[in-house]
Amino acid sequence: MSPVILTIDGLKIEAEAGGTVLEAAAKAGIKIPTLCYLKEINEIGVCRICLVEVEGARSLQAACVTPAAEGMVVRTNTPAVRQARKLNLELILSNHPRECLICARSTGCELQRLASELGIDGFRFSGEMTPHSPDFSSPSLIRDPRKCVLCRRCVAVCEKVQQVGAIAPQERGFNTVIAPAFSDPLGQTSCVNCGQCALVCPTAAICERDQTGEVWAALADPGKHVLVQTAPATRVSIGEVFGLEPGGVVTGKLVAALRRLGFDRVFDTDFTADLTIMEEGSELIRRIQDGGCLPLITSCSPGWIKFVEHFYPEMLPHLSTCKSPQQMFGALAKTYYAEKNGISPADIFVVSVMPCTAKKFEAGREEMNNSGYRDVDVALTTRELGKMLKEAGIDFGALDEEEFDAPFGISTGAGVIFGATGGVMEAALRTAYELITGSTLLSLEFQEVRGLDGVKEATVNLDGTPLNVAVVHGLANIRRILDKVKEGSRYHFIEAMCCPGGCIGGGGQPVPTDRETREKRLAGIYSADRNMSIRKSHENPAVQALYKEFLGGPLGRKSHELLHTSYIVRAKH
Amino acid sequence: MKNLEELDRLRENLRQAMKIREQAPEVSVRVSMGTCGIAAGAREIVMSLLEELKEQGLDGVALTQTSCAGLCHYEPLLEVIKGSEKTTYVNIDRDKAREIVRRHLIKGEIVKEWVTPDR
Amino acid sequence: MEMYRSHVLVCAGTGCISSDCKSVRAALQDNVDRLGLGKEVKIVETGCMGPCDLGPVAMVFPDGVFYRSLKPGDAAEIASQHLLKGKVVYRLLHRPAGSSEQSTGFEGLDFFSRQTRIALRNTGLINPESVEEYIARDGYRALGRVLSQMTSQQVLGAIKESGLRGRGGAGFPTGVKWELTARAQGYPKYVVCNADEGDPGAFMDRSILEGDPHTVLEAMAICGHAIGSSKGYIYVRAEYPLAVERLETAINKAREYGILGENIFGTGFNFDIEIRVGAGAFVCGEETALLASIQGARGEPRPRPPFPAQEGLRGKPTVINNVETWACIPPIILNGPRWFAAIGTEKSKGTKVFALAGKINNTGLVEIPMGMSLREIIFEIGGGIPGGKKFKAVQTGGPSGGCIPEEHLDTPVDYESLAGLGTIMGSGGMIVVDQDTCMVDLAKYFLEFVQEESCGKCSPCRIGTKRMLEILERITTGGGGAGDIEKLEELSRGIKNSALCGLGQTAPNPVISTLRYFRDEYEAHIRDKKCPAGSCRALLTYCIDVRSCQGCGLCVRACQAGAVTGRKKKPHLIDFEKCVKCGTCKDRCKFNAIITI
Repeated sequence: MSPVILTIDGLKIEAEAGGTVLEAAAKAGIKIPTLCYLKEINEIGVCRICLVEVEGARSLQAACVTPAAEGMVVRTNTPAVRQARKLNLELILSNHPRECLICARSTGCELQRLASELGIDGFRFSGEMTPHSPDFSSPSLIRDPRKCVLCRRCVAVCEKVQQVGAIAPQERGFNTVIAPAFSDPLGQTSCVNCGQCALVCPTAAICERDQTGEVWAALADPGKHVLVQTAPATRVSIGEVFGLEPGGVVTGKLVAALRRLGFDRVFDTDFTADLTIMEEGSELIRRIQDGGCLPLITSCSPGWIKFVEHFYPEMLPHLSTCKSPQQMFGALAKTYYAEKNGISPADIFVVSVMPCTAKKFEAGREEMNNSGYRDVDVALTTRELGKMLKEAGIDFGALDEEEFDAPFGISTGAGVIFGATGGVMEAALRTAYELITGSTLLSLEFQEVRGLDGVKEATVNLDGTPLNVAVVHGLANIRRILDKVKEGSRYHFIEAMCCPGGCIGGGGQPVPTDRETREKRLAGIYSADRNMSIRKSHENPAVQALYKEFLGGPLGRKSHELLHTSYIVRAKH
Repeated sequence: MKNLEELDRLRENLRQAMKIREQAPEVSVRVSMGTCGIAAGAREIVMSLLEELKEQGLDGVALTQTSCAGLCHYEPLLEVIKGSEKTTYVNIDRDKAREIVRRHLIKGEIVKEWVTPDR
Repeated sequence: MEMYRSHVLVCAGTGCISSDCKSVRAALQDNVDRLGLGKEVKIVETGCMGPCDLGPVAMVFPDGVFYRSLKPGDAAEIASQHLLKGKVVYRLLHRPAGSSEQSTGFEGLDFFSRQTRIALRNTGLINPESVEEYIARDGYRALGRVLSQMTSQQVLGAIKESGLRGRGGAGFPTGVKWELTARAQGYPKYVVCNADEGDPGAFMDRSILEGDPHTVLEAMAICGHAIGSSKGYIYVRAEYPLAVERLETAINKAREYGILGENIFGTGFNFDIEIRVGAGAFVCGEETALLASIQGARGEPRPRPPFPAQEGLRGKPTVINNVETWACIPPIILNGPRWFAAIGTEKSKGTKVFALAGKINNTGLVEIPMGMSLREIIFEIGGGIPGGKKFKAVQTGGPSGGCIPEEHLDTPVDYESLAGLGTIMGSGGMIVVDQDTCMVDLAKYFLEFVQEESCGKCSPCRIGTKRMLEILERITTGGGGAGDIEKLEELSRGIKNSALCGLGQTAPNPVISTLRYFRDEYEAHIRDKKCPAGSCRALLTYCIDVRSCQGCGLCVRACQAGAVTGRKKKPHLIDFEKCVKCGTCKDRCKFNAIITI
């Protein structure tokens, strides 16, 4: 289609046919305020903030859904437009608790920013407020309908990107509320706790369950030996909380900051990522050799696991029995580490810093208690850690870089790339190639499994044996691949990550997490990989030592006991 | 229904029975149905009129009753009304009724021998 | 079909069914059989005849006698006197208000004789469950003609030339809508009937569906031919079970006769129709919400463009018209577009069905040519205001419309004139109010409706109408303050300008128009804490007229607040401080001694 020419505020603008007035205006440097709009995901024109005047139209039009048309004359800054935008915002505010001072999203809230930008200077309208109260039933996410502006971004993400459909508009009119069907408690639904909703919420209507209090308490308890592990994806995002560029690798500062907070040991989940490769890689080889259930599908992502349990229980045998790196860490911390250091597991408190809200659910899974105590006591999101650091007055940007503690702080580039979609696959291939062929891999980087494409497929030649692999992220994409598997497509190994982009795009990451930040964090992950001296999991000396001292070999009896798990079938709703 | 001709045929058949609900019938036949009329056999007259109208396919004729016309000795009695023209037939029987349909209503000739003496 | 000398049509519309017309019909049949009239007299159940407040009603043909307020006990007399002997039963005739004479024939009643029935041409006159009766009255002839003699272009041309505009509310030219859909890219195309009638008081669509379902099927098939579609949907609300039932019967009969299905009339044209029963949300009457609901999604409007003509049902080009619009199509084809265009006014052609309700003598459905004055409709056809009360205003267009005061009663009813007065034609609701109605309260009533029926999707409608309602509640209970009217005006303007769908944009109309014509009533409520119509309870003061009070003590016992005191046989007193203005004392008093000021 050829471009169209329209006039916005007197400027002639060439716009893509099929594009919207909002996009055309942005191209010309005219910023039209938006609230419900979320590019490509939620373009439904419901908040009525982005209103503009279109010549010939009977009423004001929502720029985000109005197609740019040839010859159209648009005005974005007239008294009628300003008044209408302001009035609609005032109406939204009239049904919003005025708790900005004590709100989790304060200073990062889109509604707050909009109120400031549109010059709201009073509460002229007031009256009844929404009758719905907060839902604390989920271990991962808290819904607060009082703060909801009904923009429906969360609904769109859950429905379109994740195809879970755990939340939707319920009731009607003023009583409309975004909630699970029949307004059931979120914790009792098929919500997979991915937290993508929390990432896109403009306010604090959906937030992670804040567990910083538990961590502060543990840190303050002299009887507790408090360990912390950091997930690969957090080292390329935590800086954003302090205004640093997305994707900047701040591993050393993160370690330093955690020490300042008072953790007794600062460890790295990358270590157990390497361990996962040893276990899962061995599992893959065994399944191929023994004619086991193929394709083998990765099991690091707890949102993905719950998704299979609800929606594809028949696929459970395909899941790797490996616990996720977070849980392997916890299990080892309270057994191997406890033993080695002569500390009772009862006194060890394991905190993980995760880009993920589903990790909270995973840490709470009943079966995850090998030592008799929770493998992981608290899983914090990147955002929660950011809050703690701020509260502690740590000037993150000014910190000198420090090193992780040994032995669980020793890791490889293969462990780091777990944070990106395709990373587990690539790490596994690096190891599997060498284990199977016995020769050294010359080119470590498997470009075909990298990047933000929803489904990536490749056939890797392992010394004459072709290995068909697929990498998928975002549950909607995963559905596509699972359906292909069910139809008989032959894959050997599939990496599945719940969130778009993998963990760098996880629901616990700093807001905003959009396509641009995801790309930058991906780049950060791969640069961290390149800067590692060891880049293959099986070459991790600490992992090798662990096997030698404690576990024996991969898939051995101890491994089976501590590092592997099983799954359950859950109802569809 | 396979084609339009069938629809047309069906409609023509059905129309006859429904014409009654259209206003301003062209012609109406009124049978006197007072107690005297009924005693004199007006019911049978109505039935035979109805049958004859049906057989002849006359769908524009309204068949109604009136109350006693005060001419009890002339019963059974019926009136044929065409526009402003009213003809009263007296001492009717079933055959006469049928004949009135054929002659007066179809051919348009008043059956003089059966009309009221005062006309 | 057998020929009978007499047809007794018993109205079996929803109104008459609720007043037990079924028993009346059964009693009539029993008596006819008992008198041996079974072969001469046919009892027929029809759809709604219109004068619903008089039900159960019946018409006797060929005489055209109209009976009202029938009870099963009346059947014996009608059968033995009228059906057997031709003697009209005078006591069962209707006497219009203000008239000293009863009218024998329905033609003698203004209510019927002033109407021009096109959409309602068969409603109340045929048995809706009989396709034969429909065919006998030229049913499916228009479809036959279209399929055998007209190209789709010619059909589109005819509908355009007729000047027919959508009868559901907005008045968009029907022919243009069809043509846009015919031209749109995409296949398959769909034909949809919007039978989600929801305006309070409007029930013309229900009446047509119940009384003449085949006309909708025929019209939809004609449209299918014109736009190149072979699939139709009728979206009807679940609150209309009888309409659903009659539609189902009609569709099955039509399929049996080969009028729906494959190769209709041997012309190679295929068309079939499915019914979709909606949950009865008002907002589903909005076309995009209706289409969403047909697809199984939450019934909510979406921004337009794209319009349904381009992207409608399942993203495919779709014509969507309401029931009354469809009902006009077959006569336009049969009688020609010029015939239709000759009725009505220059820009509003044809007829419109109105549902008369409220403070008016003849409530019910009437179909009149566009351009008739409101005065004629209300005072001549509607028989004026009951109880010698004074006309105050008429609300047209339901909750999306506005009120029209007395000074504009001579306005002709057409789309443009009504718009000029700040209201709309809408789907044809006409609610008449008299001197006792408070206009602020009326606006509040409609806003309550809109607020309850708001889908909750866009912020101005969801929250804005709530805030408006709260202000109105405040005003009518004495809590109104300076600036409230201005806030109402600002909110009205804002919502009108910025709501997502037509229903939201028009939601403030009742407030805008009552403010336009009755601003002084708002001011009296706010400034003087008085309701000029004496209707807002909270603003009334209850007191006892000492001359009428007999001191019987009923009110003392009735008062829950303990506000009434007095000795037996002596005039009582109300303590204004304690009085909660519940009105119970006034309702109980047998001597009209309790008055409000």
